[in-house]
Amino acid sequence: MAKPDVLVLAKNIPLILDELPQFCTLHKLYEETDKDAFIAANKEKIQAIVTSYNVGAKADLISSLPNLKIICCFGVGVDAIDLGKAKELGIPVTNTPGVLTEDTADTALALLLTTLRKACAADRFVRSKSWSKNDFPLATSLSVGGKKAGIVGLGDIGKAVAKRIEAFGSTICYQGPREKPEVPYKYFPTVEALAKEVDFLVLTCPGGAATFHIVNRPVLDALGPNGFVINVARGSVVDEKELVQALVEKRIAGAGLDVFESEPKVPEELLSMDNVVLFPHIGSATIETRSNMARLMMDNLRAHFDGKPLLTQVQ
Amino acid sequence: MEQAGSGEGKAEKDGPVHVLTASPSAVGPAWGRLVEKLADAGFTVHKLWEQADADTFFANDGDQIKAVVPGHEGVNGEMMDRLPNLEIIANFGVGYDAIDVNAAKDRGIRVTNTPDVLSDDVADLALALMLDVSRRLTLADRYVREGKWEEGNFPIQRKVSGKKVGILGLGRIGQAIASRASAFHMKVAYHGRHEKSGVPYEYHSSLVDLAKACDFLVIACPGGASTRHLVNKEVLEALGPKGCLVNIARGSVVVESELVKALAEGRLGSAGLDVFEDEPRVPEELRKMDNVVLQPHIGSATFETREDMADLVVRNLTAHFSGKELPTPVA
Repeated sequence: MAKPDVLVLAKNIPLILDELPQFCTLHKLYEETDKDAFIAANKEKIQAIVTSYNVGAKADLISSLPNLKIICCFGVGVDAIDLGKAKELGIPVTNTPGVLTEDTADTALALLLTTLRKACAADRFVRSKSWSKNDFPLATSLSVGGKKAGIVGLGDIGKAVAKRIEAFGSTICYQGPREKPEVPYKYFPTVEALAKEVDFLVLTCPGGAATFHIVNRPVLDALGPNGFVINVARGSVVDEKELVQALVEKRIAGAGLDVFESEPKVPEELLSMDNVVLFPHIGSATIETRSNMARLMMDNLRAHFDGKPLLTQVQ
Repeated sequence: MEQAGSGEGKAEKDGPVHVLTASPSAVGPAWGRLVEKLADAGFTVHKLWEQADADTFFANDGDQIKAVVPGHEGVNGEMMDRLPNLEIIANFGVGYDAIDVNAAKDRGIRVTNTPDVLSDDVADLALALMLDVSRRLTLADRYVREGKWEEGNFPIQRKVSGKKVGILGLGRIGQAIASRASAFHMKVAYHGRHEKSGVPYEYHSSLVDLAKACDFLVIACPGGASTRHLVNKEVLEALGPKGCLVNIARGSVVVESELVKALAEGRLGSAGLDVFEDEPRVPEELRKMDNVVLQPHIGSATFETREDMADLVVRNLTAHFSGKELPTPVA
């Protein structure tokens, strides 16, 4: 039987170039100079799309492939995939939840610790030889323990973050669309109410329309001048202009950010601040997890072509 | 010289407390609050770092001094001799390896430190360094600030959760590190002079074996002669090209020259260092490396904890000069 044709939209997904060709014929769209021409010439063949959390798949591409049967996403976030169009056409979408939970939680903790303790600024201080002349300015280096953490989105990643933060001696509150009776943490129905209560907001919710700009000016005002924002979710969750303004005007104490509204662009004002930590969207960027993600994605794709149930279909 | 206004009778009884700091690393906003608290408690404070000439100060005022509050630079026998009425050294910090405790004992001088209040902060920094180094996070932050993200993605790194961490010195700080590491599903093992009963972690009687068995080796033991240069070339090589060393204890525990060579030659994977053999001097080679994170001895350097440490120093001094039991004596 001929190997099914798969359109690959994202590069640098580990393992797929070694393993997928064993049971698929790969078409790497990212290598084509004229992508539209390529699609026009090959659209009938394509049975599957392999993409990533940041490349996604838009409605017009999905619609243009008459024999598309599945979209497999490398990553858990599917906000860059037009799920509405996929559903309309009856095309299942799979992602890679679970395997990246720990890494993303680790990244959130790292942001919290390095932001409050100014670890990156301190490293710059030592490398610049300033230590030989002065003490490191510590007036705004703060303890992580004994504080209140507000988690926005208590899913798998949020729960993993909560467990870690508790070990550092802080208490957990959370907000989400529903209260979760199985957790021992205090629930707040709105992000603003949560922000008022806590010392730091940790964002671990999905991206997309439902969470667009839920961290806005009123939330930042409620968080206050001693509060921190830690974001490992999506840039879209935060009104970035308001966040930058709040930092510039010292209406919040600092921020640790792994995600931004227009990656890889990062607001200029943040680049010189010592009370922010900036990561280039590396939430799950480890060798171990990326290969686990790739494997899970390939297992979904394989299951589809073997007529077996998908492992992690997006509902 | 700062004189307190009120002091409930303590001011008359107490001699001036001399706040000693010979090194810049002990001068900073934390000392400001400490000096305020000492003055508020009725002590008269002398700041050695503000004296025009130390010798003149000792000659003229040395005999007034009844207490010393040193930072990292400590107090040796020679200084004790220049302060003939010295009764107590109240260390601002938990590590007192820079204080000649035997010389103090010989002269009947009490010594106190500031344990417990800083254990959490120091443990927090140890975890921050483990995460930072393994995931190359400070490097990632630099990557963003230098505009490199627009040119391409940051390379993927090594996972932290679920790995094995070895702790050298399972004291208060070591145990605080262990409980945090456990929340990251890390397997914890340790080495020290003796096995500790009642802890759920695996004991290794050999430091080399511990280093061989672990992904991270975190140094959390006291400084001083008994731990000097324990982490030597053999231990570093046992930790290996994928291993990570974290030091939040004392620079003296590590053979620094071997550490620098091992990192440069790839025999040791990476290191997170808050302490160095000769602070504030940091080996030039380390400053240029991407596989290290360097901190200027800030393990306990948070606003909250420095307040707590200053309060504990004042409590020790107040207790001594009221004839009460010392809260946290080491001698």
